Amino acid sequence: MSLKAIHILFILASTLLCFGFAAWAYQAYLNEEASRDLNLGMAITSGVLGVALLVYGRYFLKKLRDVSYL
Amino acid sequence: MDIPYTVQPRRDTGLYNAKLGIWLFLASEVMLFGALFSSYIMLRVGADIGEWPQRLLNVPIGTVNTLVLITSSVTVVLGWAALKQNNFARYRLYQTITILCAFGFVGIKSYEYYDKFTHYQVITNDGKVFDGHLIKRDKELVVLSGFEIDASKGKAHGVMEASGHGPNHKPHKEIEIKTSDIKKIGNYGPAHNTYTAIYFTLTGLHGLHVIGGALVIGYILWPGAGMWKTDPERYTNRVEVSGLFWHFVDLVWIFLFPVLYLL
Repeated sequence: MSLKAIHILFILASTLLCFGFAAWAYQAYLNEEASRDLNLGMAITSGVLGVALLVYGRYFLKKLRDVSYL
Repeated sequence: MDIPYTVQPRRDTGLYNAKLGIWLFLASEVMLFGALFSSYIMLRVGADIGEWPQRLLNVPIGTVNTLVLITSSVTVVLGWAALKQNNFARYRLYQTITILCAFGFVGIKSYEYYDKFTHYQVITNDGKVFDGHLIKRDKELVVLSGFEIDASKGKAHGVMEASGHGPNHKPHKEIEIKTSDIKKIGNYGPAHNTYTAIYFTLTGLHGLHVIGGALVIGYILWPGAGMWKTDPERYTNRVEVSGLFWHFVDLVWIFLFPVLYLL
């Protein structure tokens, strides 16, 4: 497995983490009285970052189209 | 004598030597971290209700560190891609950013460790439990910035309140305790409880991997860069192998962060 393949795997895992963390932070924003603004900020930032990683993943696949997965 | 398969893949494995070697090494690393993750699960499942601390760690700081590592993985792979396009200057730029990210990660982690080593729990002779950051400690007096915790719901519940990161965050106040009144005092180092023990073991081992990875990337980038002129394909393969290790280290953190900080 080449660096290209493991990078795609890593970006997928990171994207899942971003969306999962966004959901966690949003839930904390709804349920907790302390640090509400911070939790909402983290939820929005993490969601945006998840989308950005998906866009980057597409860019990366195009850029390294000619490189093998092995 | 030339060593075979440093550039071209072997027919039987389909891989060049270094790539086969790093994957064998990473397989052993998966077993190492897998065993520690299993230990974490066993310790957590076996903990009494209310005794396993949650939200003891600072989530925003952990989030920043996660972003730093994700950035470093992107730069390490873009550096490799730049070498494939024969752009050494751009490769050097990306790898320098990777190393800076590694330093950033270790620096932030050190701050978190410092925070835990200055965070104390004090049990007095009359059974009261105080929790907070140490301001002063001498022969007569201990001064903490924190508050008395209600340990009746389980010690971990009170700790979550005192840490200042949990849902029941309260403002801290200065507490003075006479040394003669103290039954037990200790910081949140590895010996504090099973949670801090597994936390320091997992993150400490991971931190050593980050430092090791940064050293290897730095060696290839600076003292070992002469190979780019004599054998560029082999040099590119070295960069790929170091990138594979770096991705493994980052992938471990992608699992560590939610397990230790969020759950």
